[in-house]
Order: sequence, then C-alpha cells, then structure tokens
Amino acid sequence: MEHGSYQDQSQATFTLTDEDHTLANSVRYILNQDPRVTFVGYSIPHPSDARVNIRVQTTGDPAREVLKDSCEDLMFLCKHVTNTFDQAVAEFKSRPKPESMNISP
Amino acid sequence: MVSEKKSEKIPVWDLPDIPKGELPPHIQLQRTRVSCTFDAPTHTENVLYSGAYAAMGVDNSLRLPEFRNNFKVEVVSLSEDDMEFDMIGIDASIANAFRRILIAELPTMAIEKVFIANNTSVVQDEVLAHRLGLVPLKVDPRHFNYMSEKDEPNEKNTIVFKLHARCEKGGPRIKVKSNELKWLPNGSEFKLSTEKSNPDSTSKPKTYTSFGCSQDSMPEFANNPIASKHGDIILAKLGPKQEIELEAHAVKGMGKTHAKWSPVATAWYRMLPEIVLLEEIVDEKAEELVKKCPVNVFDIEDIGKGRKRATVANPRSCTLCRECIRGDDWEKLVAVRRVKDHFIFTIESTGALPPEVLFTEAVKILEDKCERVISELS
Repeated sequence: MEHGSYQDQSQATFTLTDEDHTLANSVRYILNQDPRVTFVGYSIPHPSDARVNIRVQTTGDPAREVLKDSCEDLMFLCKHVTNTFDQAVAEFKSRPKPESMNISP
Repeated sequence: MVSEKKSEKIPVWDLPDIPKGELPPHIQLQRTRVSCTFDAPTHTENVLYSGAYAAMGVDNSLRLPEFRNNFKVEVVSLSEDDMEFDMIGIDASIANAFRRILIAELPTMAIEKVFIANNTSVVQDEVLAHRLGLVPLKVDPRHFNYMSEKDEPNEKNTIVFKLHARCEKGGPRIKVKSNELKWLPNGSEFKLSTEKSNPDSTSKPKTYTSFGCSQDSMPEFANNPIASKHGDIILAKLGPKQEIELEAHAVKGMGKTHAKWSPVATAWYRMLPEIVLLEEIVDEKAEELVKKCPVNVFDIEDIGKGRKRATVANPRSCTLCRECIRGDDWEKLVAVRRVKDHFIFTIESTGALPPEVLFTEAVKILEDKCERVISELS
C-alpha cells in the first residue's frame, strides 16, 4: 500500500504487510545507494503488527518506480549470490579431501 | 602550553593533489574496518548513502557489475549437517537477511498435534506432546503443503507417527526413545469417535486423517522412509506397568511460529578479524605478545642472530577478547580490526535438509519477497 500524493510522486510511504526487518533493511540498504534517493528509512510501527513502513523520498523520480527498481536490484543480487554459492559448493565437493583437514578454528 | 613553533603557511595550490576516485587511507579504513580499540569498537556503522563521498569525487552508489566482480564465496567446511563458509563483498544487511530467513522463515515438518490414547507414565500429556514437537524429523518439507485451518489432513500436508511403548510388570524401567516413533504412511489408525461402528459397511472407517493414497507409494518416500533424524532422543521413561500409546501428526510450519519448525540449530555469522602489527615487535615483547593471546593468534619467527619477531599467524581464531591490546602502550603496537564486508557464515542444520540446500532456499525466499513487492507495486 502506498501513501503519497498525486501532485508529488517523488515522496511516499509504502506499507508492506507480513514483512519485517529482513526485507525492509535489505531494501533500505539498496535504496540508500541509489543516487536518485534523497531519503529512505523504515519503521515497524508496532512489534505485534506484521508490517513495515518504508519511506522513500527521491530527487524527482516517482518513489514507487525507485522502490521497484531497488527490489529488482536485490533480486539480481540474490541470483548472483545463489550462483556464486552453488559454484563454491560444487568446487568444494569436487576438491580431494586430505585426511586431516584442520581449517576451522 | 602553547607551541612555540609556528606552522608554515602552505599556499593551497601547493598542497598535494588528492587522487580523484580514491578515498584517503584513513577514511577508507573507517569505511571498510571496524576498529576494536580497548574501550569500545569504533567505526561500526556502514556508510550507505550514495553521495557520502561526493566531495572527494568518490561514488558510493551500488553498482551491480562491481558487486558481481567482488562478491566471493569460499566454503571452509561442509559436512552432512554443518557448514562454514566465507561470504566476501556483501553488506551486513543482506547477510543478516539470509541469517534471519534461515532461522525464522524456512519451513520444515514438525509434530504439531498429538492424539494420546493412553499415557500412564509420569510425564504429563502436554509435556510429552511438547517434547515430541521438538524432535527433528528427517523429511524434505518441499514435498508437502501447508495445512490451513479449514484443510483436512491428507497425504500432502500431514505425516503420522505412532508410538506405543509399554514397560512390563516386573521388568526393568525402560526409556522411550525417538526411534520408536513409527511412520504410518497410510495415515491415522485412530477411528473418529463420532463414527458409528457399522459392521455391515465395507468402506473403511473414518479416522483422524483422510489420506487419498499411501505416502510410501509416492516416489520421493518409496526408498526413503520418514523417521526422526536422531533415534536416541529420550522422550519419556517408563516404570513397570506404565504405558504410552499415541499418534503424532506432523505438519509444515515456519520458525517464526514456533522454534520447532526452525530448520537450523542455529545460523550465525561473524566478521573476519584482522590483526595488524603497527610496529615491529621483537624479542621479549614478542614473547610477551604470544603469551598474552589465549587463542594463539600470534607466532614467533626467527630473524637471525637469535632475534625473534612476532607475526600474526592465525587471525581467524581471534575472539576479539582484546587481551593483546591491554595495558601499557600495546594499543599503539597492535591494531585489532574486523573486515566489514567479510562474513564467516556458519549454518548448523537440524537434519531436514543439508546446510547448502538451506542457504540456497533462504536466498530464494528473499528473492520471492522482492518479487511480491514488485508485483504489489505494479
């Protein structure tokens, strides 16, 4: 749900239900690094309500589009993490194992 | 005291040029490292804002191609249930999202309903039911659906176990262990009490579940019977003539509802410790430093003529106890830091899924969350 105004779409608050810090903090991180964003922050109004408010203010672009882009960025990032991780695991499994491997502290 | 020496005036155009696109070393250090000084860790925050270093001609915005080049994963150890790997070049917020999802939002199967036909043991029904709930089950939750309140328990959302243990009169006391939970692939064997027993009817009597087919006829369980992950978990102890007879129904759920559904014993990360010797530490000082560290981070190397020099041999095992920078001027000799974008991630699976699968599933869930937001916004 979006709370903003029709006149000025560059700032809006988005309410996401059934989400928490997991998504909100990740999105906040991505949005903060977007040069179009002047302000972004999130809050959980009450700990027993499962929802977060994400405030996005931009230099002019519609806040909705900027938020959408950030989610897309986050998805690409996740895809890359999965690929890299799978590669690393496959590489580890194919590695010949020495008898006594004492790497962990 | 006022210093007598007057600082020379340097015209601004004679100052050395600061290279564009590069941060001065002290700011770069603050940006990439947490310094663990004796009184407190400093520079713990991450500078996120894209224009934070605009004045120095440095763009701090997120560039995915750059992320792609820098992001690395190195598996340190991987066994059936445990995994440790290094995740390098990612922000704490994303690493923390993965950790939170692993703990609270990945589904597993766990016993939710217990039908107790007989319990004469000293363990009360509700305590026994709670203990059963916490038993990790070795079953892939991806083969099952969630059961909502209006759903009938069927072969796609419920696993039924039977437990019948009895201690004979005059025999020794026995322990009821989790390997006595017997999987019932055909569903519940307890008849519904509302059903009238009709000896003439040929149809099967109604039970607490309505399975359409047997679970062991499904290809995923045919050669892979469902059981408790560990057979040696003590559920109750029985004295002579005591008996437990019950049926346990496991359903799919998430760790945020109850910790019994969490697929990990725990999942955590720590930042890579980095220890830098700011000056050369030799001879007695070196010996002292090696002795100061309780986890043997430092080592001594010979530099000839019977002289010794301290080296940092094993920074990974540093626990940041900061013993090495305690007292005198040690803080000027040794710097204890943490690398902000290097995470040593550890996953301990409870056994439903192997840890590497858990992690990829966690990443997938974060992706799904993003997709949901995108579809809601458009």
